[in-house]
Amino acid sequence: MSYRLLPLMLLAVFGLAVASDLNYPLDAPAPDSRRAGGTISESLPAPELSVTENKDLKRERNYPEQPPTIPHSIRGYHLDKNSNKCLSCHSRANSERSQAPMISITHYMDRDGQPLAAVSPRRYFCNQCHVTQKNAPTLVENNFETIDQLLEKQAAEAAKKP
Amino acid sequence: MKALLALLKDYWGVLRRPSVHYSLGFLTLVGFISGIIFWGGFNTALEVTNTEEFCTSCHEMRDNVFVELKDTIHYSNRSGVRATCPDCHVPHKWTDKIARKMQASKEVWGKIFGTINTREKFLAHRRELAEHEWKRLKANDSLECRNCHNFDYMDFTKQGKRATQMHSTALASGEATCIDCHKGIAHKLPDMSGVPGW
Repeated sequence: MSYRLLPLMLLAVFGLAVASDLNYPLDAPAPDSRRAGGTISESLPAPELSVTENKDLKRERNYPEQPPTIPHSIRGYHLDKNSNKCLSCHSRANSERSQAPMISITHYMDRDGQPLAAVSPRRYFCNQCHVTQKNAPTLVENNFETIDQLLEKQAAEAAKKP
Repeated sequence: MKALLALLKDYWGVLRRPSVHYSLGFLTLVGFISGIIFWGGFNTALEVTNTEEFCTSCHEMRDNVFVELKDTIHYSNRSGVRATCPDCHVPHKWTDKIARKMQASKEVWGKIFGTINTREKFLAHRRELAEHEWKRLKANDSLECRNCHNFDYMDFTKQGKRATQMHSTALASGEATCIDCHKGIAHKLPDMSGVPGW
């Protein structure tokens, strides 16, 4: 058989498959992604939009190295190589005027711990680590426990034993 | 030269002499009507140049600054009140408007000679252009902002903590004006190195 006929043959087989109505499982459950539920062919309504918290109140850090979350809205803040709106309040020089917390001293150091005059380029893009928070249900379940909670648990267990 | 002087003298004579054929009433009426037509025409043409359609009819504005505006709260927001180009870039009062329009004739020059007719040229000029606007708004105490945002009717209790703090001190005392802090609210910013407070 000539190979030139192969595409035609495949097409014919495909046509037969479609014609015989193989009933593909289009109602199979959709991948269990961020928007859980539904089937592959079904489109679910988008979740409700939530508002960024804008209370200006510091939040607790779950561990000492955690980059503090941003307690205010940052809509429309420019953060690119031309300008950095965050630093217009949080930089060393501007924090007196704005009374905003100055960014950590580590942001003024290069990777060898040498202090620099200005913010280190590797720390420049604030929202690589610092993010705003929304009052929305969590997308991924999280059972993180802080070190305090772990210690308390341990102490409680130790007290139970004897 | 002599002939020209003679011609001018002739015309001066015509202008000086009282009208022979037309009555004073007719001349007054014609003057009045043509005044309306000329003034109305001038004002209509002026208002046409004061529309967003006019501004965005040039690709320099449409493809650079207008695109950037579309992402901001001054273009799209919850209540649907929006600012068009002239709301921020042209004063509302007539004398100020004419002064601004005369300044803006430089932009016609720029258009003809293609000063910013490519994206690269525009970006190269962006700091200079931005500084013109900052200087203008600083000089007129952010007049165009205040056409809509009236300080007297600001409710500090409805503002964020940081906004309240700044507005009730620096802005209230006149020490700072809107543009001192609110740069880049409607367009992208140029390289801000050396700009105070940035």
